[in-house]
Amino acid sequence: MTCQQLIEFLTEYIEGQLPLSQRAAFELHLALCGQCRAYLHNFRTTIEAAQNAFDDPTVATPASIPEELVQAILRARRSN
Amino acid sequence: MDHDEVLNDADADALLIAALRAGEDSAFETLVRRYGGRMLSVARRLIGDDDHAQDALQDAFLSAFNALATFDGRSKISTWLHRIVVNAALMRLRSQKRHPEQSIDDLLPAFKADGHQEAPVARWKDSGESTSDRAEAQALVRQQIEKLPETYRTVLLLRDIEEHDTETVAQMLEISVAAVKVRLHRARQALRTLLDPVFGEQYS
Repeated sequence: MTCQQLIEFLTEYIEGQLPLSQRAAFELHLALCGQCRAYLHNFRTTIEAAQNAFDDPTVATPASIPEELVQAILRARRSN
Repeated sequence: MDHDEVLNDADADALLIAALRAGEDSAFETLVRRYGGRMLSVARRLIGDDDHAQDALQDAFLSAFNALATFDGRSKISTWLHRIVVNAALMRLRSQKRHPEQSIDDLLPAFKADGHQEAPVARWKDSGESTSDRAEAQALVRQQIEKLPETYRTVLLLRDIEEHDTETVAQMLEISVAAVKVRLHRARQALRTLLDPVFGEQYS
């Protein structure tokens, strides 16, 4: 397995979707290749960072809806 | 056991749905106020632009009001609404599709003929950040997500941030499950490239 092949299947690997035989080849490559271990680490960190990116309280607090928008929606419903 | 407990979510949902189906004006207002803010955030994440996100939210609530009869009560109101909002936001995105999209190829890793990576990879440090660093890092990550070509950004948002499964995302985008998988993987790779200067240097 080359680095290119490993990186191509990284999402499947992380999500546990690789067949067992391919998983073994994957892990053997990882054991021997520091570059791919670094890539895997950074890739996982990327996914976590994306998942947490909107947890910022200033962004994700049960955001309020502008009053004008509430009124616009209710008006639109009445005239619908 | 105290029987005067606050209503649980399922009971509150059931009461609200009954009032909505009975056509009570106050119930529509309750629905909009209870879920509007959270749903506006979803539309903003997908669309980026606040005015268009507000338009999408309005479309979504009107669709929801018209679809009350089809709400079967098996899912939570928030889950049902969330899906309607995502669909409305995607419709907006499709109708305002801008200029030809930037190619993602430059953001994907390059390989030599022997299958090794062209550029050396430096392992990012594990973050042990303070709260203020964390907020700063989150803002940087959001900026980089914003830079992804839209086709890929949408899949990343729906899978990794809105946490829909692959099949649901495929239905929402009207593409195959295989296409969702390819786009998600490329989006994650591209985001890794975009985050490299952020996590590889600034936070090491």
